[in-house]
Amino acid sequence: MTALRPSSTSAAGTAPSTRLAALARRPWGLYAAVAFVALLTVAAIAPQLLATHDPLALDYPLSLHAPSWTNWFGTDESGRDLYSRVIFGARESLLIGLGAAAVGIVLALVLGSLAALAIKPAAVVVDRVVEILFTFPALLLALLLIAISGPSATTEILAVGLGTAPGYARMIRGQILAAKGSAYVEAATALGHSRSRIVFAHILPNALRPLVAVFALSVGQSIVWASSLSFLGLGVAPPSSEWGALLDAGRQYIVQAGWLIVVPGLVIVAVALAATTIGRHLQSYLERGEK
Amino acid sequence: MTRTSSSSTRAVARQLVRKTLSALVVLWGAATVAFFAQLALPGDRATAILNIRSGQAQLRTPAELAQINEQYGLQRPVIVQYLDYLRGLVGGDFGNSYQQYRPVTAIIGEQLGATLTLSLTAIVFAWVLMVVWVTLTAGRGPRVGALGALVDVVAAGLPAYWLGIILLLVFGLGLRWFPVIGGTGVNGLILPALTLAIPLAGFMSQSTRTEFERALEQPFVISARMRGMSDAGVRLRHVLRHAVIPAVTLSGWALGATLSGAVIVESIFSRPGIGNVLVTAVSSQDLPVVVGIVTLVAVVYVVANLIVDVVYTVVDPRLKAS
Repeated sequence: MTALRPSSTSAAGTAPSTRLAALARRPWGLYAAVAFVALLTVAAIAPQLLATHDPLALDYPLSLHAPSWTNWFGTDESGRDLYSRVIFGARESLLIGLGAAAVGIVLALVLGSLAALAIKPAAVVVDRVVEILFTFPALLLALLLIAISGPSATTEILAVGLGTAPGYARMIRGQILAAKGSAYVEAATALGHSRSRIVFAHILPNALRPLVAVFALSVGQSIVWASSLSFLGLGVAPPSSEWGALLDAGRQYIVQAGWLIVVPGLVIVAVALAATTIGRHLQSYLERGEK
Repeated sequence: MTRTSSSSTRAVARQLVRKTLSALVVLWGAATVAFFAQLALPGDRATAILNIRSGQAQLRTPAELAQINEQYGLQRPVIVQYLDYLRGLVGGDFGNSYQQYRPVTAIIGEQLGATLTLSLTAIVFAWVLMVVWVTLTAGRGPRVGALGALVDVVAAGLPAYWLGIILLLVFGLGLRWFPVIGGTGVNGLILPALTLAIPLAGFMSQSTRTEFERALEQPFVISARMRGMSDAGVRLRHVLRHAVIPAVTLSGWALGATLSGAVIVESIFSRPGIGNVLVTAVSSQDLPVVVGIVTLVAVVYVVANLIVDVVYTVVDPRLKAS
C-alpha cells in the first residue's frame, strides 16, 4: 500500500535533525483525516454547535451571495446559509454512507462465506451468482433497484449496498479460501478438530480481520455513490440538505453561483479521502499485526 | 517448452471453449436477473404499467387491464414469459418501453453511438494520461514516487460529478475553451471524456506503477543501460511494455466503468446518450428501458473480458499450459 505509514517511535534525546525528520515522518495525513471525521461526527450529532445560521431561514435579499465572512460558504437561491446547510446535512449523509456500507458488507459477507465454505454444489452456485452480479457495474445495479422501488433514502441505502456488495463478496471469498489453505488450518485438521470449530475459531477470525479496514474504505465509497444518486435526482430529494441533494439543487445555478456545487462537492471528496486514508492505515496496521 | 505445436494448439482451443461457455453462463444469469427485476414491481403488473404511463396511482378498469395484459402477454405463466424473453434477447429484442410505446432496442440504438464514442475516447485519454504520468514519475526516488502514487489515489477517488463540474467551471465558463452545454463534434467531447478518463487513469496507474517499478529492476533493463541506452529509451522501449500488462487486463472492466460513468457525465454536460436515457427511464420507472440498458452494459462487460482473455491465451505462451 502506498499510504503513509505510522512513524516508528523515536528515542528521546536524539539530535534535532533526526527529531525533525521523525516529526516529518509522522502520519499527518491520518491525523488530518481523523480530525475531519471527528468534526463531522460532532456536526452529525449536534449540528447547532457548529452551524452559524438556521439552515432553513430564508433571506431573499441575500440570495446567491458568494462566500464571505458572514456566510462562509455563500448562500443559495433563497438566501439560506450554505455552511449551515452542509453542517445540518452531515447527519443524513453520514447515516446513508454508514448504512449503505453496512448493507454492502453484510451482504458480501453472506455471499462470500457461502461461496467459500458451503458444500460443493451450493458453493458453486453462489460463486456464479456473485460473478453474475459483478458484471453489473455498481451504479447500474443501484439504478435498477431504484427503478423498481422509486427514489427514497431507504432505497438509496439498499441500492448502494447492493451495488457494492459483489466486489466485496469476491474479496471475502478470496480471503477465506486463502485462510482455508493455510498451514494452521492444516494443523487443526490434523489435530482432529471439528469442521465448525476450524471455521469459527481459525478460518473466519483470520480471513475477516481486514474487514474493519474494508468497512472504512467502503463508507467513503458509499457516500460518493449515494451522493451521485442524489445528484442525478434519484436519491434524497432537494428540500433535504443531504450533500448529494445540495449538489442537485445547486446545478441550475452553476453559471451564477458555482460555489453551491463546488463546496458541497469538496466536502464529499474530503470525506471520501479521509475514509480512504483511515482505511489504508488500518489495513497496514492489521497486516503488520498478523506477522 | 517441449510441447509440440499441435498439442498446445489443442490446449488453447480447449481453453477458449471453456472460457466462452463460462461467459455464456454469466450472460444467461445476467439476463435472468434482468427479467426477474421487471417482475419485481410491487402490486399487479398491468396496473403498475398503466400507473407508470399516466404518472399517477389509481384503480384501473378490467378493460384497461385486459388490453395491457394482452399487449405484454402478462396473463401467461411466468416461465413462458421468461423463455419468451430469453428468445427475444437472443434475437436482439429487449421488449417495449412502457412510456414511449417503442421497442427498447430502437431507443438504445439511437443513443448508443454517442455513448460509445464518449467511452472509447475516455479510454484512449486515460491510457495517454496514465502512460505519461507513470513514465514520468515511477521509480524516480521516494519523493517523486510518493507524489505520483498520491496523485493516482486522489484521481482514482474523485467522484465523476464533481470532477466534471470543476472541468466545466474552469475550462467551459472560466477559460471558455469548450462549450458549456451540449456542443456537437470534437469540442463537446473533450471535457466529458476527460471527466471519465482522469479517475480511470488514476485507477490503472496504481497497478501499472507497481509493475513499472518491478520491471525497472529486471536484468534486461540493466543490460540495456549497460549498452548505453538513455533512461527515457529504457523506460519507453523496455519497461513500459511489461508495465502495461495489468492495465490491459483491466480493459474489459474499464469499458464497463466508462459506460456506467457515462450516466453521470452525460447528465452533467447534457449530452445525448444511453446514460441520459437511463436516468429518465429510472425516474419514470420505465423498467424495460432500464433493464435493457443495464443488460447491454453487462453484455459488453462480459464480451470485452472474454476478448481480453482470448487475446491473452493466444499471445502469452505461459498461459497455454495452465
